[in-house]
Amino acid sequence: MDATIPQQEIDPGLLAVLDAVSDPEIPVLSIVQMGVIRRAVSTGGNRVEVDITPTYSGCPAMDVIADDVRAALARAGFEAQVRLVLAPAWTTNWITPQGRAALEAYGIAPPLEASADKAALLGESKVVKCPRCGSTRTTLVSRFGSTACKALFKCDDCLEPFDYFKCLK
Amino acid sequence: MTAAAAPDTRTLADFVIGMADNDLILAQQLGKLCGHGPNLETDIALTNISLDLFGQVRSCFQYAATLLGNGATEDTIAFLRKEHEYRNVLLVEQPSLDFGHIIVRQFLYDVFHHLLLERLQFSADETIAAIARKSIKETAYHVRFSADWLVRLGDGNDESRARAQAALDHLWPYADEWFLPTAVESAAAAAGIGADLPSLREPYQRKVAAVLREATLELPADTHFRKGGKQGIHTEHMGYILAEMQSMQRTYPGMQW
Repeated sequence: MDATIPQQEIDPGLLAVLDAVSDPEIPVLSIVQMGVIRRAVSTGGNRVEVDITPTYSGCPAMDVIADDVRAALARAGFEAQVRLVLAPAWTTNWITPQGRAALEAYGIAPPLEASADKAALLGESKVVKCPRCGSTRTTLVSRFGSTACKALFKCDDCLEPFDYFKCLK
Repeated sequence: MTAAAAPDTRTLADFVIGMADNDLILAQQLGKLCGHGPNLETDIALTNISLDLFGQVRSCFQYAATLLGNGATEDTIAFLRKEHEYRNVLLVEQPSLDFGHIIVRQFLYDVFHHLLLERLQFSADETIAAIARKSIKETAYHVRFSADWLVRLGDGNDESRARAQAALDHLWPYADEWFLPTAVESAAAAAGIGADLPSLREPYQRKVAAVLREATLELPADTHFRKGGKQGIHTEHMGYILAEMQSMQRTYPGMQW
């Protein structure tokens, strides 16, 4: 883990509520595991402030995530003010280890280190592991996939296509 | 180096809007290709790039709206200006004549865009710096995509090479306008908020030349560079782009998703 990465600041009492809100495009992943929630603190009474950050600038899920956060907290008796923050910019390093495991189990290869990612996306090396059969004999089909954050690969062994979550640093 | 006094909010807003107008018009052009790419993967790539650019535009216009106040929103800035109020360079409004033109236009812009964001990451304006730090990661992908395709087309077969070269001959004259600062851009640069645009020309041409060498393509000789977009004097293509882009807001004022 990069020591310079700011940690999420989430009040323990809010964590369970927020961890139950899933990413609308990757339902197996919570927005906490995704690193999208940067800060969630009580500001007195039942009021809380939540900072969320987009994975990609054009991520169309942000409005839905903000609505879902407000709704989930409202159900738990909180009144949330949700703020979109851009800095520091999100990186795939913020996806938690549990989040990476959930991605792989869901059929999305989790992001590699930046240097390996570049080699993989330029077709220079075979390092992306097929989330279905575990083979590293995989080929890049397209650098852009079903959403802004993913690239499309196929496995040369089990022949299944799969998404790879691009490294963003 | 001591920076000049911070520009007034109107100048700052104009600077942010002018910068984002390039992304807005290019994103609109790419969005229109949805369902028209040469193959599925490329179709998805071009629309993904469009989405990234629209996202960057939203961040910029939301910021500009807070600077302008007076009821301005990201939508009024994007959709309710007249043609001469848009400050995008002429390159991004040139038509998507074929895949060669789409890729050459994209490549010429991506290289500039990336160099610009490299500087703006260190803008004295915190919001602009934050937007640039976010955007540059996405733009790095765009350059890889367009440079890769330019090499494939140029160093491909006779047909792809001829089309890529024709597109380059056609579009290269539009690839210098961004280095000529407007008064707003000069004021922003002097205050440490914008970039010193003329100083980007040398690294730009170096990067472009390196990829073109690999693509076995040649720059046209004796180029007369075109300009005017940043002053609001657009080519005939701009009106059509805006007519389509603005039609919903003009027909249903204030509409939202």
